[in-house]
Amino acid sequence: MNAPASLSKPAPQTTTKVIEAKGLGLTFETNDGPVHALTDVGLDIKKGEFVSFIGPSGCGKTTFLRVIADLEQPTSGTISVNGMSPEEARRHRAYGYVFQAAALYPWRTIERNVALPLEIMGYSRTERRERIARTLDLVNLSGFEKKYPWQLSGGMQQRASIARALAFDADLLLMDEPFGALDEIVRDHLNEQLLQLWKRTNKTICFVTHSIPEAVYLSTKIVVMSPRPGRVTDVIESTLPTERPLDIRETPEFLAIAARVREGLRAGHSYDE
Amino acid sequence: MIAIAAPSTAIGRTGIWTRMSHGTTVPVLIVVAAIIVIWYAASVWLNSAWQFQVFARGDGDWTWGEFVAGTFSQDRPLLPAPHQVAVELWNTVVGQNVTSRRSLVYHAWITLSATLLGFAMGTGLGILLAVLIVHNRAMDRSLLPWIIASQTIPILAIAPMVVVVLASIGMTGLVPKALISTYLSFFPVVVGMVKGFRSPDQIQLDLMRTYNASSNQTFWKLRFPASLPYLFTSMKVGVAASLVGAIVGELPTGAAGGLGSRLLAGSYYGQTVQIWSALLMAAALSAMLILAITVAQRVVLARMGANA
Repeated sequence: MNAPASLSKPAPQTTTKVIEAKGLGLTFETNDGPVHALTDVGLDIKKGEFVSFIGPSGCGKTTFLRVIADLEQPTSGTISVNGMSPEEARRHRAYGYVFQAAALYPWRTIERNVALPLEIMGYSRTERRERIARTLDLVNLSGFEKKYPWQLSGGMQQRASIARALAFDADLLLMDEPFGALDEIVRDHLNEQLLQLWKRTNKTICFVTHSIPEAVYLSTKIVVMSPRPGRVTDVIESTLPTERPLDIRETPEFLAIAARVREGLRAGHSYDE
Repeated sequence: MIAIAAPSTAIGRTGIWTRMSHGTTVPVLIVVAAIIVIWYAASVWLNSAWQFQVFARGDGDWTWGEFVAGTFSQDRPLLPAPHQVAVELWNTVVGQNVTSRRSLVYHAWITLSATLLGFAMGTGLGILLAVLIVHNRAMDRSLLPWIIASQTIPILAIAPMVVVVLASIGMTGLVPKALISTYLSFFPVVVGMVKGFRSPDQIQLDLMRTYNASSNQTFWKLRFPASLPYLFTSMKVGVAASLVGAIVGELPTGAAGGLGSRLLAGSYYGQTVQIWSALLMAAALSAMLILAITVAQRVVLARMGANA
């Protein structure tokens, strides 16, 4: 958000690589034989980028996110997160993870849900209070501190779970189809809010989706993946400006990128099933 | 009453009669009334043989009214009538000093104390075993079959041996009975709590992993709170089993006191009225214990934001 200068990336000084994957592969051994969830994935993500992973089910986009998060172990290749192994990065609490479901604890109020990672990481009571107020404000949930999750709509629950991932100082935000279960209008609204949040916090975001408009609207970089075996088929650097009102989705530039994404998806897709 | 209740309905608060008929009170009362009617009918039928003998020994001059009244007032009826049991309960609960051996409250307290001690130990043991099973794969494989096998041994077979063996090493009174209660009550708690500790979704466990939470933290912040609804449900089953255990444990001790010994003494001397009042006392005790757990459950789950 510095100078309106030309186009593309938010901060030109960002050359530090947050994620560096080379020849990454992950094979699940199942009863029906091996499943190649990821094969030969090579990808660099720089600090401050907003990267979307898009592809049909089974293309390994969620698996890749889970490898970054050390929730799955790769079977070949190398990956580093903040220059460390994913496990070290997890131990250093390098990232916040937002799941498909909000996964709020039903017995905790919204503020105590946001407090959960802070309690685990040993933040002091005053610091917890300050961070809860700040992050709930960031996701526009001020005033709902004392509510229980079931008292909130699905969209608000997902915003609370984003607040929970932002509450501690991780520069990397991993989001696995966070808005997949929400309706179109709520989704548009949350996409707008997420972009503003990203600009304000300057975090690196990895975002899994299977919506083309969502991927193009949000990202500075779009990674197109295809299944069986899961692999990267195209990496698109977005040329859209950082300032993105919702109606940017009608511009020719936007449509051109969307067309390229669709083409990439179609190339890797088989219609046999 | 109705006249007082009616205006309060008008100003928005539901009257007591409306609430009772919409809730469970009226159905429960109807069932109780039905049981009492059936009970009376059964006692006429079961006590009739003896009553006919009594009349046969007399002058042979009797009416059906006298016959029914007779079946309701025998000294040692096969099935005492409800009011006979009620009178016995009144005499032994209200009519006696609670420290007297003739007081049913005295005996109920002996049984209750063993029940509560055994239940506390059983719940503690159950939770401990569930923690071990959930956190250790070897325990999971080795312990659970034994726990299930333990419950296939008939309690009536093992209880006298426990009492006799413990008495031979000088342990009598409360502890042997409490141990039998423990033996019966730990089982539902283990089964319920293993399920409860495993109830969090994979996504919630993954979340703890992304925070690099220790297994201690995962237990106290996730598994334990998630298991509480299961705990209360298992405790309700466990407390009823505990009471049964304490009563069974009192049977071999004979005169030492407690509802179990009242049952045994009653059956020795054919005091069916005494047996039935001890049975009703045991039922009331068990209902009170379950009610207490239900209240605790409501309070705890309401504080945990339960949606109801």
